[in-house]
Amino acid sequence: MKFGVKVMPREVILYSQGRAVEQTLKSHQHNLTHCRVGKFIEIEVPASDEAQGRDMVKKMAEFVLYNPLIETYEIMRMP
Amino acid sequence: MKIGVTRFPGTNCDFDVWNFAKARGHEPVWLWHGDRFKTDDVDMVLVPGGFSYGDYLRCGALAAKSPVMDSVREFAGKGKPVMGICNGFQILCESHLLPGVLVRNRGIKFIDDWVDLKVENSNTHFAGKLSKGETVRLPIAHGEGCFMASADDLKSLEDKGQVWLRYEKNPNGSLKDIAGVMNEGKNVAALMPHPERALFDWMGGMDGGKFL
Repeated sequence: MKFGVKVMPREVILYSQGRAVEQTLKSHQHNLTHCRVGKFIEIEVPASDEAQGRDMVKKMAEFVLYNPLIETYEIMRMP
Repeated sequence: MKIGVTRFPGTNCDFDVWNFAKARGHEPVWLWHGDRFKTDDVDMVLVPGGFSYGDYLRCGALAAKSPVMDSVREFAGKGKPVMGICNGFQILCESHLLPGVLVRNRGIKFIDDWVDLKVENSNTHFAGKLSKGETVRLPIAHGEGCFMASADDLKSLEDKGQVWLRYEKNPNGSLKDIAGVMNEGKNVAALMPHPERALFDWMGGMDGGKFL
């Protein structure tokens, strides 16, 4: 069973990657108001149902995948 | 003093730190990332800089979960001294031995320069030769050296005298100009600048010797 973990910088963090991408897009006349850059991690687990799988992935996310000081995460089921 | 020097895949200041220990009259020994050690094996642990695990995921995050860091946590828990330099600072934060986190420099760029630092606290294992209020000059070389912490942690760092060093001119956007911090017990400390790169006059400065 496959899950995705989306890790995004917290809104309050002045995050330079998103700013750099935003500036580059704007300098090439792309129309955008805001850009943030995060990470997407795919994890496959041997779970018997979705609830169990989510629980396993949640434990992994909280173990190392995100740092609560600067990031938030979201788990999504993948096909 | 026997000093354990940790080595992770991607550590690249290990020999500099090894020679730092020797130059200061100590006996360095390697601490391999995949091995544990006994708390009596060494008198102090140095976590050198570099790009452990290629800085994958977050700087220091994967190294923080390695077996040697379990031993470092146990070692620190007994009040024994641990010092981190640069990536070592990032690893100690990710290991929860120090508060806060280091993120990308405010100006995005990697900075390789010399900085002046104000010593805020000399009451530690590591700063016997440093005096509170003195200025030391050390090199920095980092892309992710901007120190951040929650408002509560920052207040606590200030109130409990855990700020070790401050940049006189902030190069990277670190909150409160912080260049180095300690834990509450003052036995774990880390800094972004590299004392091991400032030992002799020909290196451009000698202030690094005051750190060991």
